[in-house]
Amino acid sequence: MTDVRVVENATCTFCGCVCDDIILTVEGDRITQAKNACTLGKAWFTEHTIEDRPVALVDGREAALQEAVEAAARILVESRFPVIYGLSDTTCEAQREAVAIADYIGANIDTTTSVCHGPSGIAFQGVGESTATLGEIKNRADLVIYWGGNPAEAHPRHFTRYSVTPKGMFVPRGRKDRTVVLVDVRRTPSARAADIFIQVKPGKDFEVLWALRALVKGRPVPSFIEEETGVPLATLQDLVERMKNCRYGVLFFGMGLTMTRGRHFNSGALLALVTDLNEYTHFVAKPVRGHGNVTGADNVLSWQTGFPFAVNFSRGFPRFNPGEFTTVDLLARGEADAALIIASDPASNFPRPAIEHLRRIPVIALDPKPTYTTDIAKVAFTTATYGINVAGTVYRMDDVPIYLRPAFPSPYPSDEEVLRAIKVRVCELLDIPLPNGKHH
Amino acid sequence: MGEKMLLIAGRSTKQGVSLNVGKHSPEYQEVVTTLEMNPDDMARLGLKDGDRVRLRSKVGEVIVRCKARKPDDLPSGVAFLPFGPASTQLMGGDTAATGMPLSKNIEVEVEPVDSDQ
Repeated sequence: MTDVRVVENATCTFCGCVCDDIILTVEGDRITQAKNACTLGKAWFTEHTIEDRPVALVDGREAALQEAVEAAARILVESRFPVIYGLSDTTCEAQREAVAIADYIGANIDTTTSVCHGPSGIAFQGVGESTATLGEIKNRADLVIYWGGNPAEAHPRHFTRYSVTPKGMFVPRGRKDRTVVLVDVRRTPSARAADIFIQVKPGKDFEVLWALRALVKGRPVPSFIEEETGVPLATLQDLVERMKNCRYGVLFFGMGLTMTRGRHFNSGALLALVTDLNEYTHFVAKPVRGHGNVTGADNVLSWQTGFPFAVNFSRGFPRFNPGEFTTVDLLARGEADAALIIASDPASNFPRPAIEHLRRIPVIALDPKPTYTTDIAKVAFTTATYGINVAGTVYRMDDVPIYLRPAFPSPYPSDEEVLRAIKVRVCELLDIPLPNGKHH
Repeated sequence: MGEKMLLIAGRSTKQGVSLNVGKHSPEYQEVVTTLEMNPDDMARLGLKDGDRVRLRSKVGEVIVRCKARKPDDLPSGVAFLPFGPASTQLMGGDTAATGMPLSKNIEVEVEPVDSDQ
């Protein structure tokens, strides 16, 4: 008979909400129920299987773990411009090992942030961020605005756990005490949760944000703003009054700003608007983050290198330069001559010119499941899934660290274990003593 | 003859759920190759649900199947494709020195594909 266990307070790492109140029913090596999880979380847990794959493949043939580690370490040591990329779906402990490898071999290290909220990261550096935790927003926010995001489909529990329906200390009636606004170019399922839906013409977010800034400052905005952006002036004036007169406002923003023309200028305009609003009331801004530990990747890279993404160690010290050291660019320009990809699938998700270069260079891939990237990898490791099989730390989208409670062990090694083994072998090949010596 | 439209690539619930089944699963492959369109645009192009269309951008082209959304949900001239290996074929590699390729509001030509092709 299969052993049935219940795991309480399990953490779902599918998206940046990192809900840590999931109750799992585990039967052997299958999760049969995931109570409290959303549609995406239920699929994350119940579709999880221990893959019937070798622990590693080298040139497409089955290999022992140590053989694959050796092959990976040699590729990295022998390359002149290695790039390390991904990292948003693994633990902070694994991310730290990846940074160490980058440091030892003088690699470029970048995360999926660069094709997510990387432009917002640039905007934070330029404008600043008036921030808050989701707990603070739950307890205080009486005006909640989502801009260029579709949480109903991408972060289903964002509304119910943090920002729209929960009752809070200063919003005791929950949903009734909050006004919810959605700004987007299309009427997504998220519009159903909003009191006000504002439809912007595609590519006109910056113009709308700048008009709002003008209105907040009491400057005139011409009526042709409607023709330009699709939003009537009266709608903007109404929104400005609501923003200035709320007690605690929050602007959540998504890929609708960062993946469109203007990119960091769009995010920067939104952050500047929030700064302006703090002349009148308390207002905060938060990017809504996709992957389970993409926020951790930003944090780990920041505390290890000083920069959140697009970091290059080729001169022996970290340098930061989006456009130069971001992975899409250096692949599309044909610069990298080897790639170590952890827990992400650039061979599917990158633009075509970048994928074409990735196919030309030796790729080392770590992933629990077969992906387009493991398909083209010279060395492919099957790793255990973080949160389900592996413990460790992840950061929720509001930079709150949460510790994982795995449901059951995996026969495969964790990303952290594989990366540490590669690091140790790289150091041996380069004759670099490890700091504490214990892994040597 | 095709028409110029703006393509938005983004997440959807079905895309997220099928992603967990696996990138090579039929469920995921179907989701990421189903284009959502404004019904008036579809009628003008002589398209019905399930028909094949060719999307062509400056850098590449893909053939996907189309499906109508309510006209209020998706304005005329805008189409939506769940983010995945099909949408990325249409993305250029230029990031304007930011690291971010344009993944939304991609200018594409939408053209019906004859069923015998």
